[in-house]
Amino acid sequence: MEDHYKITSFCSIRDQTVYKDGEEYYTNTEAATVKDFAKGVYKHLALNYAKFYKMDDLCKLSFLASEVLSQGIEFPEDTALVLANHASSLDTDRKYQESITNREEYYPSPALFVYTLPNIVIGELSIRYQLKSEGVFFVSESFDADFILQYASILLETQKASQVICGWVDLDSHKYDVFLALISKTGNREANAAELNTIYSKL
Amino acid sequence: MAELQLELKEKIIEQLSLEDVEVSEIGDNDPLFGDGLGLDSIDALELIVMLEKDYGIKLKDPKEGKLIFESIGVMAAYIEKNRTK
Amino acid sequence: MKSVYAIADTIVSPLGFSTAANVAALRKNQTGITKVVDTSIHEHPFFGALIEKTALNAARKGIIEGDQYTKLEQMLLLAIAQLNREQAALDIQKCGVIISTTKGNIDTLRGTATEKSYLTSIAHTIQDFFKLPTLPVIISNACISGGLAIAVAKRMMQAGRYEDMIVVGGDLLSEFTLSGFFSFQAVSDAPCKPFCKHRTGISLGEAAAALWLSSRESLVSENTAVRITGEASINDANHISGPSRTGEGLYRSITNALQEAGVTPDQIDYISSHGTATPYNDEMEAIAFNRIGLQNVPVNSLKGYYGHTLGASALLETILAKQCLLNNEVYASLGFEELGVTPPIAILKENKEIPVQRVLKTASGFGGCNVALILEKGLA
Repeated sequence: MEDHYKITSFCSIRDQTVYKDGEEYYTNTEAATVKDFAKGVYKHLALNYAKFYKMDDLCKLSFLASEVLSQGIEFPEDTALVLANHASSLDTDRKYQESITNREEYYPSPALFVYTLPNIVIGELSIRYQLKSEGVFFVSESFDADFILQYASILLETQKASQVICGWVDLDSHKYDVFLALISKTGNREANAAELNTIYSKL
Repeated sequence: MAELQLELKEKIIEQLSLEDVEVSEIGDNDPLFGDGLGLDSIDALELIVMLEKDYGIKLKDPKEGKLIFESIGVMAAYIEKNRTK
Repeated sequence: MKSVYAIADTIVSPLGFSTAANVAALRKNQTGITKVVDTSIHEHPFFGALIEKTALNAARKGIIEGDQYTKLEQMLLLAIAQLNREQAALDIQKCGVIISTTKGNIDTLRGTATEKSYLTSIAHTIQDFFKLPTLPVIISNACISGGLAIAVAKRMMQAGRYEDMIVVGGDLLSEFTLSGFFSFQAVSDAPCKPFCKHRTGISLGEAAAALWLSSRESLVSENTAVRITGEASINDANHISGPSRTGEGLYRSITNALQEAGVTPDQIDYISSHGTATPYNDEMEAIAFNRIGLQNVPVNSLKGYYGHTLGASALLETILAKQCLLNNEVYASLGFEELGVTPPIAILKENKEIPVQRVLKTASGFGGCNVALILEKGLA
């Protein structure tokens, strides 16, 4: 990565706590489900975005992280989205599978089916911030800061994007790990893999 | 009929995840799509599933949905007339 | 910027287990779509393009032995193994490998939970089989996965990360996806009819394909060279399932890809479109093509031959576009009878021998994603 790119801001959601730039931002250890926790964050952020409730849990968590990331920042239209995870959309896949398992009660749900693709997260964020931009969803064993940042830097250096929101958005049966970082020309942290890994893992 | 209309409002709020909407906010003749509740194409498909699952009505042509899902009142009248469960 | 060449490829589909077999079938306008009676996939008969297990078993004999692999894994391994056997100059251990799939072994989700349901299990299977030094990268980006994987590979090669890469993609015709498309009222009650007035939706198919890309010019000659000269993938930012009514994301993807390739719309000889045969998708594509001035360029959709093979589709269609370039021929858009999109486009009604110097390949999918690739014949 050319050294003029910086990690502008970052947000993590883990263990019922939201962290903004490494500082605790919101916590609710009382929430019984991912859905309840996500609703609490949504209310805390005082958002008014009816589409939020229709999202599956993976999209909700990713959306909330992006909302925290976007505070005080306007994403340009060509902000690319480079996301990855391990469980793809399996959390919703399993719920959808339940709706078709019993032939006597065979009512496949279109509202669930549409979320059985991980890149719907990219679609939801693109709609929210009107990003008519490059996007890709990778699936791998764990967060690979080096790979993600190398790919982000290709998009920036070939001018396919002016900024990149990159990160790891994983949800697998109530266990989640959400981390988004904005890479642009402003900020104090150098955009290199070591730094990205540090801010991803230190919480 | 009023009972069915109330039931439909509750179901729509639940199944279409309209968490910030109260039953009292949905008028019997309010449009469900467009400016009304702001439902979209996926919601329409979900309503088609609801008709089949809960009322035993299978639409032959999904385009019929457009007319049936105009409002709670229209929907209730259609279900009353065509339900098999 | 380094050139990226499409060196060699293979297709595993209901129409055959090599690229040559598939080209031969397309020349005869044969379709892989049949009326399928298989209650493990759907309660009622439906139209789809399935790979017969007996044929697949025969094809993999002596190459991929044993019962430990799922059907999809067999298809993917066979595709790479064939490429590896036929290409002496290919050193698979030195290649970067990208896998494109939307749902992987989704059929394993029925019943007891298994590791096979995770997409990464496919990456491990491929890594172990070919003894690759690193785990392949997976792209799961809905119906554009195969085309996006080519674009990503090209970008990584041009950035100097690899000299050679293999893009391998595949998906199954599963109960899971078929029921979902039924719930979307989007499945055709006859073999699908892209861009036709009488189209009512998609037919699903299954396939795998593998493509070897290289930046080594020494591997090709003027007559065999096909380059990826431009690509872009821009989101509609409009709706998570419905295509944009203005075709905005596809329009921008094509515009950016043309710009990168340094060509104008009139220099495109043939468009291999996405053409799923749903009413909204095909209309959207016709709108985007018209906005760019591509309405007179011969265009087809290969979904009438293969059905929609999801994560494989844009990859397998790009491989076939390469064959069109090398052979100066294009195929009829199977299933098409009468134009059924509002803005006019030049649908291929029959096979034709025409000079093909540059091809535009496009795809669009759920999540508002789009991809456009420009392929050009000859050395840089």
